[in-house]
Amino acid sequence: MTDSKYFTTTKKGEIFELKAELNSDKKEKKKEAVKKVIASMTVGKDVSALFPDVVNCMQTDNLELKKLVYLYLMNYAKSQPDMAIMAVNTFVKDCEDPNPLIRALAVRTMGCIRVDKITEYLCEPLRKCLKDEDPYVRKTAAVCVAKLHDINAQLVEDQGFLDTLKDLISDSNPMVVANAVAALSEIAESHPNSNLLDLNPQSINKLLTALNECTEWGQIFILDCLANYTPRDDRESQSICERVTPRLSHANSAVVLSAVKVLMKFMEMLPKDLDYYGTLLKKLAPPLVTLLSAEPELQYVALRNINLIVQKRPEILKHEMKVFFVKYNDPIYIKLEKLDIMIRLASQANIAQVLAELKEYATEVDVDFVRKAVRAIGRCAIKVEQSAERCVSTLLDLIQTKVNYVVQEAIVVIKDIFRKYPNKYESVIATLCENLDSLDEPEARAAMIWIVGEYAERIDNADELLESFLEGFHDESTQVQLQLLTAIVKLFLKKPTETQELVQQVLSLATQDSDNPDLRDRGYIYWRLLSTDPVAAKEVVLAEKPLISEETDLIEPTLLDELICHIGTLASVYHKPPNAFVEGSRGVQHKRLPPRTGSNESPESPELAQPAAAQPVDQPPAVIPSQGDLLGDLLNLDLGPPTSGGTPAITSAMQMGAMDLLGGGLDSLVMQGGAGGRQETGFGGPAVMPSSLNAPVGGGLGDLFDLGSGVGMPTGSYVVPKTVWLPAMKAKGLEISGTFARRMGTIQMDVTFTNKAMQIMTDFAIQFNRNSFGLSPAAPLQLATPLSPNQTIEVSLPLSTVGPVMKMDPLNNLQVAVKNNIDVFYFSSLYPINILFVEDGKMERQVFLATWKDIPSDNEAQFQIKDCHLNSDAVSNKLQSNNIFTIAKRNVEGQDMLYQSMKLTNGIWILAELRIQPGSPNFTLSLKCRAPEISQFVLQSYEAVLKN
Amino acid sequence: MIHSLFLINSAGDIFLEKHWKSVVSRSVCDYFFEAQEKAVDVENVPPVIPTPHHYLISIYQDKVFFVAVIQTEVPPLFVIEFLHRVVAMFRDYFGECSEAAIKENVVTVYELLEEMLDNGFPLATESNILKELIRPPTILRSVVNSITGSSNVGETLPTGQLSIVPWRRAEVKYTNNEAYFDVVEEIDAILDKSGSTVFAEIQGVIDASIKLSGMPDLTLSFMNPRLLDDVSFHPCVRFKRWESERVLSFIPPDGNFRLMDYHVGSQNLVAIPVYVNHNINFKESGSSGRFDVTVGLKQTMGKSVEGVIMTVHMPKVVLNMNLTPTQGTYTYDPVTKILTWDIGKINPQKIPNLKGVICLQSGAPKPEENPNLNIQFRIQQLAISGIKVNRLDMFGEKYKPFKGVKYVTKAGKFQVRT
Repeated sequence: MTDSKYFTTTKKGEIFELKAELNSDKKEKKKEAVKKVIASMTVGKDVSALFPDVVNCMQTDNLELKKLVYLYLMNYAKSQPDMAIMAVNTFVKDCEDPNPLIRALAVRTMGCIRVDKITEYLCEPLRKCLKDEDPYVRKTAAVCVAKLHDINAQLVEDQGFLDTLKDLISDSNPMVVANAVAALSEIAESHPNSNLLDLNPQSINKLLTALNECTEWGQIFILDCLANYTPRDDRESQSICERVTPRLSHANSAVVLSAVKVLMKFMEMLPKDLDYYGTLLKKLAPPLVTLLSAEPELQYVALRNINLIVQKRPEILKHEMKVFFVKYNDPIYIKLEKLDIMIRLASQANIAQVLAELKEYATEVDVDFVRKAVRAIGRCAIKVEQSAERCVSTLLDLIQTKVNYVVQEAIVVIKDIFRKYPNKYESVIATLCENLDSLDEPEARAAMIWIVGEYAERIDNADELLESFLEGFHDESTQVQLQLLTAIVKLFLKKPTETQELVQQVLSLATQDSDNPDLRDRGYIYWRLLSTDPVAAKEVVLAEKPLISEETDLIEPTLLDELICHIGTLASVYHKPPNAFVEGSRGVQHKRLPPRTGSNESPESPELAQPAAAQPVDQPPAVIPSQGDLLGDLLNLDLGPPTSGGTPAITSAMQMGAMDLLGGGLDSLVMQGGAGGRQETGFGGPAVMPSSLNAPVGGGLGDLFDLGSGVGMPTGSYVVPKTVWLPAMKAKGLEISGTFARRMGTIQMDVTFTNKAMQIMTDFAIQFNRNSFGLSPAAPLQLATPLSPNQTIEVSLPLSTVGPVMKMDPLNNLQVAVKNNIDVFYFSSLYPINILFVEDGKMERQVFLATWKDIPSDNEAQFQIKDCHLNSDAVSNKLQSNNIFTIAKRNVEGQDMLYQSMKLTNGIWILAELRIQPGSPNFTLSLKCRAPEISQFVLQSYEAVLKN
Repeated sequence: MIHSLFLINSAGDIFLEKHWKSVVSRSVCDYFFEAQEKAVDVENVPPVIPTPHHYLISIYQDKVFFVAVIQTEVPPLFVIEFLHRVVAMFRDYFGECSEAAIKENVVTVYELLEEMLDNGFPLATESNILKELIRPPTILRSVVNSITGSSNVGETLPTGQLSIVPWRRAEVKYTNNEAYFDVVEEIDAILDKSGSTVFAEIQGVIDASIKLSGMPDLTLSFMNPRLLDDVSFHPCVRFKRWESERVLSFIPPDGNFRLMDYHVGSQNLVAIPVYVNHNINFKESGSSGRFDVTVGLKQTMGKSVEGVIMTVHMPKVVLNMNLTPTQGTYTYDPVTKILTWDIGKINPQKIPNLKGVICLQSGAPKPEENPNLNIQFRIQQLAISGIKVNRLDMFGEKYKPFKGVKYVTKAGKFQVRT
């Protein structure tokens, strides 16, 4: 007799038959019928039509039948709320039953019926059960509070269940304590500031006592809860560690990992010279190793966490390299993780073993794994200098195998080795060149070309080699094209006599025939450099390269510390801070490692108590196109990166034919192209400006930032027109444009969301990265309705300036993360500094004079504001409405001198002297501030305000 | 906590779903199928898969994927451990946890799942307790039930739920009181081409089968407990006694359970009982190769090695193999490319050898990778680490139990590189 018989159907119609059986007088038949119903339910068949019939079976003294009916109820109550009320009376009655099993079952089931109407009836029985004499009922009731909270949070708070739950932490039964902790932790996730789990030495003590006696699952809840506590001093920290270490020997790996989390966190507080500290380090290694002998899924999670642990405390596992050796039948996700950890643990002591292993892996079947192994050899060479030679020879051996992807991967890493140890291993170049033809991946081709260019003087036929690549220039990927361009220019600078033709060819290919802006820009820059000053060109192109760092892809330290506090969680598996991705945990507190005793930072620092809304998103991918930086760096200009990288406009001057590079042709190009741009933008030559900025010609630098298009506001502060911050194609159909404004003393971010996708967007949320002035949303982002396709919603988000501060480059850069139901998107925007000018920024005359003198003259910056046709009064008024206050006005030798002050939200004062020559459209602005780097941005604000 | 569970068979059918909170649509499994397709091989499906609103954490057992759905931050190990517990429970109840077994017992499965989790929090995961709540299906009981009309479900509160020894039910009675222990050690090792050990460690377990009446309190001591520095225990073991005296002191659960796991690490020297001489090569030009492998005995502590099986995953281009074994039988599956040589017991006087010709696909290039040899073996009456049980004492009860300890050493992941 098995349960499969419940699936047999009859011709008459299943539901009809079941109905008849459910209403049968015979108990046994009823039970069988309910079983059939449950069986249908489990496989996803809809048997909700039988609701009244099944509920009728509920009033029975047969426990099995009752349980089965409860199972059914939980599944279908939601779809039949009115019917479900019929069941309430039975529940209430069962909660009074003398059998604790039935009382517990009733309270457990009631909580699973997710119908609002029923929850009200639930409160009284639940209150009784929370105080039941039987711990089994109490522990079940504790979980029920969490269920109820999920359905109706307000009700739970109003009824005072949270306090009762808190009391249960002091319960005499460890299982009840564990469940209370679990329930409170779950509720706390949706209440970031509720301080539900008020941890103090007394409650910690209770938890530690319960820890020894409760079930394995309870231990996990308690350990995770303990990890949130910050001990008062190192002694308390040590005593907690001592009581937690026995958990490392638990058979349940989740208990072990949670214990590791607590220890890793609290260890931070122990002085390093303490004997116990060393003991603890030793105790941590064996359980971590043991995790690796478990099932592959467990291993995977363990490995991801070990990856964090070895970055934080490499000493724990430094002798355990061998356990990370890969077995050929490990699943691929295990292999890749093990390899990563092997490299992190690689040191001079074990490098020989590691290399032998890596070489072995490089002959495996799995392509991804082989590639990573080859790459790992390169990383070892870079990390352990003594091994570099051996690594290079291993790589050469691998190249001899002629296995295509191995060769390509080897060449890519050899390039890095050359970077790290210049002029050491060039003897291998000949071998590399032999494999030129087999390279078909862009990365490998680019690496090879880089090598040829870098060592052009030692490769006799470098020109031939590079020329061979040039033939198919337009079919290459951008990466290869850029490398080829640079390599040929390097070659030309090294062997100018015979390669003139080649360089001309590549420059014209790059500048004329390509529609890739990066490539063209680089081409023009080289061209100009070469034509104007070949010596300078040499200095720029052949400049000494900065050394590459030893450790690659380490996690940034603050993120690592946060992740250590989240060991064993999803965050630790993804190596991302929890607030960056876990849905429904917006309330997650930003966890920090506790400070070591003796440091000044108090554990109660206000940042610890910050709500998560103000939390920054760590390491958002940079959205700013890099060519802006390149231009800026190369030409040593303080040109901020453009806000978006559109295709540059091509001026007619650039469409010249092939011309003699070293002759006058280029010069004429420079003259033509630079005619308009030279004095304004500060660099001549091809005036490449992002066309998405609708700046009027001649607008100057300021316009690059302020995007003045002439739609200024007649009164009030100046608001820059909205620009697109995040184009729809980068954000799965969500377009975000916006601007910043200061209204009535508050900073507002005016954002327009446009849904250009086919699906509805909901659940919007916004976060800022740390920024220079601590801007952060003062309220959550609220979109009243879901954003349906093609709909546009405009929102004004008030901002505060009390968020975490981090200096950005440029100073007014704001990195923003916007989340919706589809994904999380990152973008950057630049805000005008005038939104930070506060209303009380008017300085007393005397103070002004004293301050002006006080600030060293080094801090003074002078600027020209051109083309401004306003008289001094109009200027004053205009600036005043933007909180730039005129304190005094003087007339010296026919010039109007305006003395002005403004104050930033962070209390920094900026003093200004504006000189206006009547009749002349050019003003002179002198700025003095204790933070001189801000001057440039103040100038932009002046220009923006005055010209609009 | 754990929101829902889907059971998916290898054909990609969801054949069971259970929700502990609100219902999550089946469509969430599409993300799983996507990942499965990407992974090609079922073993390579990543255990944690993110989706826009949920996370899917899965394990793969007996050709069934157990996919748990979670919505908030939950420790993934917690979920994976729980899923393994579910699998263990199914095995305990139905003998196996295949799709067929689950479908046969679908209502019991459903009842079990309901009993194991409440609102996503584990409720009862100890086999002792569950068996009191829900009786395992046996043919006899089904017959009895259908005659007497009695039910499968326990009517009383399981005693273990509340006691400080939740793993043991009260009022256990046996006519024959027995306590048996199996010390099972598996050698995980990688040997390189020349036969030297790249890596070797021992994973040991002590499984117990305890049928003792009443509330016995047992103490198990070892001859050489120093060997055990990396251990994990069943919750019943008193850790303090272990720390101070290096003995296992515990009130055992009733029936079969795993008393402890231990791990003798790579720091210690591990004896390798067998050696393998191999010569596998492929001709540079032709479409053939040679295969010549010998398996012999090394450090066996005077015990015989039996159940020896060698499996080799040959390169894709190997069409067939023409071999002659001096002992045992061999098979080559040209589809999976797996060569299996079932040797049996190794006679130290007559070392088994397998040799012959490898047929390659004509025209294909010579394979780059070297096949790994996977060896299985079993040595009875030996714990290779040298661990030995000294004595077992019982307190708290008056009767004299039968006691016994069995040792066995097996190959775990025992690989030889060529």
